[in-house]
Amino acid sequence: MYEASDLRKNLKIQIDGEPYVVTDFQFVKPGKGQALYRCKLKNMITGSQFERTFRSVDSFEEADLQEKKMQYLYREENKYCFMDNETFEQVYLTVDQVANAADFMVENVDVDILFFGDKPLGITLPNFVDLTVTKADPWVKGDTAAGNAKPVVVETGYQLQAPPFVEEGEKIRIDTRTGEYVTRIKD
Amino acid sequence: MDEQWRLARKSEALRIRSAMIQAVRLFFIDRDFLEVETPLRIPEIAPEAHIEAPASENWYLQTSPELCMKRLLAAGYPRLFQVARCFRKNERGQLHLPEFTMLEWYEKGACYLDLMERCEDLIGFIAEKLDRGDVLVTAEGRRISLEKPWERLPVTEAFRRYTSLTPEEAVARDRFDEVIGFEIEPNLGRGRPTFLYDYPVSLGSLARLKRDDLSVAERFELYLDGIELANAFSELNDEVEQGRRFENEQQRRAADGGTVYREPERFLAALPHLPDSAGIALGLDRLIMLFAGAARIDDVVAFTPEML
Repeated sequence: MYEASDLRKNLKIQIDGEPYVVTDFQFVKPGKGQALYRCKLKNMITGSQFERTFRSVDSFEEADLQEKKMQYLYREENKYCFMDNETFEQVYLTVDQVANAADFMVENVDVDILFFGDKPLGITLPNFVDLTVTKADPWVKGDTAAGNAKPVVVETGYQLQAPPFVEEGEKIRIDTRTGEYVTRIKD
Repeated sequence: MDEQWRLARKSEALRIRSAMIQAVRLFFIDRDFLEVETPLRIPEIAPEAHIEAPASENWYLQTSPELCMKRLLAAGYPRLFQVARCFRKNERGQLHLPEFTMLEWYEKGACYLDLMERCEDLIGFIAEKLDRGDVLVTAEGRRISLEKPWERLPVTEAFRRYTSLTPEEAVARDRFDEVIGFEIEPNLGRGRPTFLYDYPVSLGSLARLKRDDLSVAERFELYLDGIELANAFSELNDEVEQGRRFENEQQRRAADGGTVYREPERFLAALPHLPDSAGIALGLDRLIMLFAGAARIDDVVAFTPEML
């Protein structure tokens, strides 16, 4: 069971027997008033969306989904292909189902595919992924103290803000929930 | 190095924060207010339906310094202010931290309308000290003019303007907070600050009723750029009425399965000595956000709980 205070973007809950994912989330609490959790929810099967406001007394069932580790093979126009490494069975997800996971996924990596029964619905990303920086301006030493940030691009094509000392060819860790830089990985 | 970078990025906001807190002190000391410090860890808190205090052994961390400051006021200190750390359980969002900084002040002989003017003067004074002139520019580039007087909008009028309900209907359907939070608040304090005032009686647990209209409490909230910044009352000093209202809040807490707090006996005992006065709590971190052009409360404090 989840409490309302567990609600956040990408949480998967079950309503009337169907799985929903929180696609947008806002915490609102008038100083003297009730805590309100406004969510945009997407039905993971039909894709239909709606908005609902929950209160702190509300609770939710976890979505009844199974995860299966599969290898991301390639993207083909509007779909992504994944393969079960043991049975070699292949499944497809749409661009919409993959959503922003594409920013953090390189070919041939294993990812967790979510199934509702035998229907593939989406991807569970790990909270952190390590990706190689493919584009970054060179570091002008001494820039750290200013606390500046600079845009860098990683191997998936995703762009984010990183500290000035991050250079091309280095690996960085990214928080997939926020899309933000966490730290530099030293091999 | 990542840690240094993350903290160094906040240097401008932290400099503004420090300058603003100094300006606040200067403002109140110039006007003959006494700065006080009251304990953060207290045995009794004012029971309010929707405010949760973190426990500290068998006491609590304060959710506001209100009770101790009013006891001082009742003992004869006429003008008090405090910059205090406050704690509220389960509050975390773009505008919420479970530990935050509140500016609270109390004035003997004042009513809530006087505090509106004090707010105009205070924020104008801070802007002047920080060389901002009388315009603030938000994170999204919106401009807020601080030129006086600011907008004064009764709650009933705000409901008429932005919703299809009356405040009484919203209260009856248990939708008041939702309507305020989602339909009204986003419109307030745009272009210039707004005082939303005269709340339905059930929403002013520690506020005095309005003398010429007993259906509303003398309470206001200040909004800048859609953000709730401060909450003020003409203070209730009838201990019997206050005891009844606390009882009512306790029942609502119990109904929601919440902790029922001990009755704050010493506070209630001091109430008959509380002079006619008004008091206000202002979320200093949010005011700093507006001056720093920050979109998240995280950007104006050095450390968030997640960084500890």
